[in-house]
Order: sequence, then structure tokens, then C-alpha cells
Amino acid sequence: MNRPAASAIKSSVPGAVTARRIAIAVTILALFAVPYVITQVYYVNIASQVLLYAVFALGLNVLVGYAGLVSLGHAGLFGVAAYVDAYLLAAGHGHAVAILAALVAALVATAGFAALALRATGISFIMITLALGEIIWGLAYRWISITGGDNGISVSTRPEPFGLSLDSPRAFYDATLVIFLIAVAAVAIFVRSPFGAALAGTRDQPRRMNALGFHVWMIRFWAFMFSGLLTAVAGILFVYYTEFISPQALALTASAEGLLMVISGGAGTLLGPVVGAALVVIVKNVASAYITRWNFMLGAIFVAIVVFMPEGLVPGAVRLARSAWRARSRPKPATVVARPQQ
Amino acid sequence: MTFWLLLTVNSVTFGGLLFLLSAGFSLIFGLMRIPNLTHGSMFMVGAYLGTSLLSGALGFTLNFWLAAIIAAVEVAVLGALMERLLLRRLAGQQLAQVLVTLGVSFMAADLCLMGWGGDPISVATPPGLTGFVRFAGAAFPLYRMAVIVIAVVFAIALWLMLERTRLGAMIRAGVDDPQMARVVGIRVSQLFTIVFALGAGLAGFAGMIGGPILSVYPGLDQDMLPLALVVVILGGTGSLLGSFVGSIVVGFIYNFGQALLPELAYFVLFLPMVLVLVLRPQGLFGGQIL
Repeated sequence: MNRPAASAIKSSVPGAVTARRIAIAVTILALFAVPYVITQVYYVNIASQVLLYAVFALGLNVLVGYAGLVSLGHAGLFGVAAYVDAYLLAAGHGHAVAILAALVAALVATAGFAALALRATGISFIMITLALGEIIWGLAYRWISITGGDNGISVSTRPEPFGLSLDSPRAFYDATLVIFLIAVAAVAIFVRSPFGAALAGTRDQPRRMNALGFHVWMIRFWAFMFSGLLTAVAGILFVYYTEFISPQALALTASAEGLLMVISGGAGTLLGPVVGAALVVIVKNVASAYITRWNFMLGAIFVAIVVFMPEGLVPGAVRLARSAWRARSRPKPATVVARPQQ
Repeated sequence: MTFWLLLTVNSVTFGGLLFLLSAGFSLIFGLMRIPNLTHGSMFMVGAYLGTSLLSGALGFTLNFWLAAIIAAVEVAVLGALMERLLLRRLAGQQLAQVLVTLGVSFMAADLCLMGWGGDPISVATPPGLTGFVRFAGAAFPLYRMAVIVIAVVFAIALWLMLERTRLGAMIRAGVDDPQMARVVGIRVSQLFTIVFALGAGLAGFAGMIGGPILSVYPGLDQDMLPLALVVVILGGTGSLLGSFVGSIVVGFIYNFGQALLPELAYFVLFLPMVLVLVLRPQGLFGGQIL
């Protein structure tokens, strides 16, 4: 959607790389310390929710931000993974089998989504993904013999990786954090890889990329698969977090919430979706504590961000900070800040 | 035999309703190049406004048809306001426009929930149409036949409007090539408002007309929007004929699916969509407006 603000700020200071590494290490330590600082179960759970939705938003951002393809059907993929996992667990299978099957099923569904939706780009792509997502929702809602319909499926146990129990909120937070960090690292590597560069090329100049001999469709397809994989991981985390799955988690509102996370944080930036996920989850929880009209707020925030801050909060803040810094450091010539093209 | 006949009539009726809904959706898409994701909300809001006019919640009660027409006009005004106040600000930014329609649809759904509550509201069949037509040993509800007639009348009226009037010619020009239409002096942005209001009004009218069949409930918008999407993906965007054929096809698949595979009714809708996307991505009648 939006072009990323000049992604890597190359600093001429030699110590910058070390400083960056230290900053990353400190951030990771701080994230692990969260449940020790805010000890109340409620807040630890919200932190887990932020992280699992951040994985969802990171996955969606691969498509929306880096491929320039806006999907409104990702909650469907999230749901396929969640439902397959929950269904197999309810049928008495082990966690390893259920998780593996859930990932495979979600990837198959993603391939189907991609094969159909990638016949178009732009607005038609949105429409097709929306219709596909709604169909998955319809299956979850109506195919009662498998999905339990509105009653959903309950999951009674969490997996125990390496014999560690995830039953306590703190342990679950730690596990979610590890997966979240892996997801961030994966997206970071992906974006900086030649494939990531090619993907950005197909977003900005598909015809030139085609002329240069790149297989635009195939690049988009694999980006979709990567996006679907992260989404499926988030779906599985969601099932284990809530220990329950119902069609509500697949509704169009869920896809829209994911998209709101991506565009509010800033599409096409690495950490924008994470900020967006934190924002949406926190606002949603705060809002539902005081008012019952979350959907109204979701819509209103959507409209406000699209109309007033189309580039998202992170790039918006970066832009404002930079122009403030420039204005201070030299007498300001009359410049016009170009609005980013949609 | 009777079962199949009844199912066929129900399918055509539902197809007629879908046509009223998706004709506007398709025209808006053809002209403004955006899927109006508030279209399901317009259908639902029209139905809710109509029920209020019918039930006398406003201090007076209206005849069903009058209520339907007034509800349609109200929704058309709301649509025009939305186009003028929100979409106009984002002219040329299609993605932003789509996202705004999505945001507004959530707001509308929540406002309806606030205003009319969570319980389904059933709409009484208008008096005079409560009877049945007997044919081939089966009794067909008169109201459903009336809905088919209304849909056909609207289809013909829309076709005449597009084919025979100056406004229709301007809309066709706008759908074909907005830049050239502007060059020859057509005020395309004014057409946007007109077509948006027209589509909104049709959707609101369809909502009220569908009331006696579907009743009105929260989530009606989310039930109808994907159907309109599938109709337009099938029929091709901006095509009146496409939305007519697409509506009938979807009406049949949806009703037969519900009767034969009740749990998978939503899923079987998927199949024709897949076929069309694979074989003819522009839709059955894509690229031709009539």
C-alpha cells in the first residue's frame, strides 16, 4: 500500500551497528521481563494477546505492505488453522499432530486463496479475498457437524514443548514471545533477502519486473504463502490462548481488525504492525471494559486513520519527527511534503 | 415435483432480491472502481428504517409500499451524503475509499444494533399479497411472485434508463472511460453522487422488500454483502446484464444448496465463483455494461 519510509537509515557513525544490536538485545530482555513487572494475570494475558495478534499482523503486512496486495480474507486462514487444530484435539489427537495438520491445512487453504485471488490485483484482489474469507466463515458457522456452529470447539489442554507446561499465563506469554521473536526475525530476513527486494519490485513496478524476467505471479504466490504461514501460526496461538474457537474469530471484522493493525502501525514497515497490534488490542480491551460499542469504535478509528493519517502511525510519527528535526537544524525553505500515493 | 417447483420459485425470488441489491453495487463498482462495502449495511438499514415506518414507532403507520419507498429514499440520501462527505475527500485513492466504506459498515451495523436491538424483527407480508397462487398442484406464495415482478420491472427500468436516457448515456460513458467522459464535458464526479445514491436507494428498497422473506436481524448486512460480491464476481463489474444473470445463478445455487446441503450452502456458492475466476476472470459479462 504505502511505500515504506526509506527503510534502513544508513548512519555514517561506525558505532551505530553495535548500538543497534544493544538496543535490540535490551528490547528483547525488556519483553521477557514484562510478566515480572506487571504481575497481574489480566495484563499478562493482554500482553500475550498483543504478541499473538502481532504475529497475525506481521503476516498480513507481508502481503499488504511489501506485496501491495490488500487482503480482507486473512481471518479465514487464521480460522482454518485454529479450527483444524481444535477439531483434531477434540477428536483425541496429540498436540504435535494437530499443530502440524493445522499448519498444512492452512497452507493448502492459502494456496487456494492465492491461486484465485492472484488472478487479480488492486481492488479486485480485495473483493476476492473478502469473498473467500466469508466463505470460510460460512463454513465455520454452518457446517455444524464438524465445527459446532456458533457453539464453537473448546480445547482443554495446551501443548508442553520440551516438557514445559504452558498452563500459567506467564509461561504462555514466554512461549508466545519466543514465537513472536522468531516471526519478527523471519520477516526481517525475508524483507532484506533478494526475494524481499523482488517482492517490493513487483509492488512498485510489476511490468518492469516482468520485463526484467522476474516471474511476478510466482513471487506474489510465495509471499502469500509466507503470509499464510505466519497467519496460521497466529491462529494456532489463538486457539491455545483462548482454549476455544468460534466463527466470531473468522468474521469480516476480524480480518478488518488485522488490516487496521497493519495500516495504523504503518504498512510496509517491519515494526509498524506490531505497534498497530498493541494499539488495537489495548484499545479493544480498554474499550470493552467501559463501553460495549467496540465495532463502532473500530469503524470510526478506521475512517479517521484512513482520512487523516493514511501512512500509519509509525511512519507518520517518523515523518513528523524528521521534519521537526530538520526545521530546527536549518532555516526552513518552503517545501511541500508530498502525500504518499495510495 | 412440487418441492422442486417451490424451490425454483424461491430461487428466482431470492435472485430478484439479489438483483435489486447487486445492480447498484455493480454500477457503483463500474463507475467509481470501488466495491462499496457498505452495500450490505444499506440493505439492512433500509429494512430497519422500513420496519420502523411500518410499526408506527414514529407515531404514525404507513402502508408497506410507501414505507419501502420512503426507506429507499432515506437510504439514498444517506448514500449521497457518504459519497459527498467521505469518499469525495479521498478522490482517486481507491484503497482508502474501500477502507472507509468498510469502516462505515461497522459503524452502521453497531448503530443498528443500538437502535433496533439484537432480536430479529419480522416484517408482515403486505395485505393483499398474503395468499397463494395454485399452479401444477402446488401453492406459491403471492408475495414471492410479486417480488419477482418487482425485480423484473426494476431490471427493465434500469435498462431503459441506461440505454435510452441522457443520464444513462453519461453513466455508460463514465463506466467506459472516465477521463474521456470528463474531456467531453460530462461532470463525472456528479455522476458518482447520483449513481451512489441510486445504488444505495435500490439496496435499501431491496432490504425492505426482502423483509417479509428474510426478516431483519443484526448480521443481515454481513449475510448479504458476500452474496452481492459473488454476484458481481460472477457477472462482471459494471454490467447490468451480468448482475441480473449472476443474481439468478446465485439465487438458485444458494436456495438449492440450502435445501440439499444445508450445512454447506455457503460453501457451494464458492464453486461457480472458482470456475468463473479460473476461466473468465473479468466475469461472465465483464466489459459490457448492458
